[in-house]
Amino acid sequence: MKILVCISHVPDTTSKINFTNGDSEFDTNGVQFVINPNDEFGLTRAIWFQEQQGANVTVVNVGGPDTEPTLRKALAIGANEAIRINAKPTDGFFVAKQLVEVIKQGQYDLVICGKESLDYNGGMVPGMIAGLLGYNFINSCIDLKVDGSSAKVIREIDGGKETSSASLPLVVGGQKGLVEEKDLRIPNMRGIMTARTKALTVLEPIDATISTKAVKFEKPAPKSTVKLVSADNLDELVSLLHNEAKVI
Amino acid sequence: MSLLIYAESAEGKFKKVAFELASYAKKVAESLGTTVTAVTVNASDVSELSKYGVDKVLKVTNDKLATFNAKAFADVIKQAAQKEGARVIVLSSTTDSIYLAPLVAVGLEAGYTSNVVGLPLSTSPFQVKRNAFSNKAFNITEISTDIKVLGLAKNSYGLVESSSTLSTEDFSPSLNDADFNVKVENVEKVTGKVTIADAEVVVSGGRGLKGPENWGLVEDLAAVLGAATACSKPVSDLGWRPHSEHVGQTGKPVATNLYIAIGISGAIQHIAGINSSKVKVVINSDPEAPFFKVADYGVVGDAFEIVPKLTQKLKEFKAQNS
Repeated sequence: MKILVCISHVPDTTSKINFTNGDSEFDTNGVQFVINPNDEFGLTRAIWFQEQQGANVTVVNVGGPDTEPTLRKALAIGANEAIRINAKPTDGFFVAKQLVEVIKQGQYDLVICGKESLDYNGGMVPGMIAGLLGYNFINSCIDLKVDGSSAKVIREIDGGKETSSASLPLVVGGQKGLVEEKDLRIPNMRGIMTARTKALTVLEPIDATISTKAVKFEKPAPKSTVKLVSADNLDELVSLLHNEAKVI
Repeated sequence: MSLLIYAESAEGKFKKVAFELASYAKKVAESLGTTVTAVTVNASDVSELSKYGVDKVLKVTNDKLATFNAKAFADVIKQAAQKEGARVIVLSSTTDSIYLAPLVAVGLEAGYTSNVVGLPLSTSPFQVKRNAFSNKAFNITEISTDIKVLGLAKNSYGLVESSSTLSTEDFSPSLNDADFNVKVENVEKVTGKVTIADAEVVVSGGRGLKGPENWGLVEDLAAVLGAATACSKPVSDLGWRPHSEHVGQTGKPVATNLYIAIGISGAIQHIAGINSSKVKVVINSDPEAPFFKVADYGVVGDAFEIVPKLTQKLKEFKAQNS
């Protein structure tokens, strides 16, 4: 089984979010970048398939040379090889079209993406890949098993979960549950050393039209300070929630 | 060239988001000088949509669509959009709608923007404001394609009534076998309990509650408010509560009217997941807990004393005001 794991290179959760260039670009100054958490759950599941079922795992990212440490980390965690498409990931449709090219070339059986990235939160790339290729697609996956040419997948739904089956090739949008937090791997020294010698192929992007563009960023207005209510005066809290906030 | 919405229903009845979507779409349609068409799937009574400005309903009734299937539902929406010549399609942010939205976008070669939090800032060029960076910022996105798909963030617009004269047309899109290649085998749904996705109020507990045996506090308060219960990540990691209740960045997002956090310190990952809630209340014994920085109202003190008292006060309040 050939697995492709699509990885976004995103600011660490604790990063300060600031913008530069007239609020038109994210300010990467002093920001630590990581593998998008939803993608990391998927990558870890892919490595499980590699170890348990002999799968071959390729990781791919659309990004500039600055994103290579993130791909190397994925290799250190255990991916067999990496591909970087040398372009700025500005628009979901554009990114999906780039990934589709890689998938067509590599004939992957399973494409695992995170259900959304923690920077743009678009949540569209996995579905678009599936739509463009006509592959089966399951989003918000919290469990994934493959037996021969078919997969059994559990996805989270509002107020519960749903089990379905689909034949490969399959695209999934994954999240926590594919593996648990405790299953995530910190690369060890041996992994880091071998990652240096694994193949990281750089491909140039194909032409694809841009359908959406982030033209400007804004930070939320500063919040007014919290109104503290004394623990002995909860009537005041009830009254504030009713009369001021109007939520009860 | 009307504007199209997909008005979601469950067991034949519209979800509240269907009306929020209609309210929003009506306003957008007015600025574009057009009307609102809603496509419905197995909804029994569609007349309620007229209260929120929908002009026309394309009513799909098909047993094959009894359970949700993203590809098939996306196909229905695509065909409805083509039939109406819709240039703008507005979808909600339920788990099902964010699942099908990219498929609709591909089918119509449309630019798609999710997490939209307000009316278009301009319709030419078409610009909308959306949540990004896990609710820590907004970005203004310009959609340059002829057809546009918008995903409206939950609870970002609210319900606005505006009556209309509704015309209803039965619509039978042509579905093919490939639409059903993903086969749903089993659906497990919590019944008789308010889900986090549908709740107007969420009461959430953290490690400060010291153990799963104390969750009665959270449940009692939630019961008075008709709220869903939730928990922080450590609580679900410790197995005190099921994963399905975990809210935060890697858990479920919460965008509710009122979010009450009990014994939750407010790690940045937790705040990222709940920050779109309108009003946040924190109850915590540590006045330095980061949650106080993002909350609207706070009570410093022992949750084990405060929560039962608050539950009692709210009970009295509800008794007087109902």
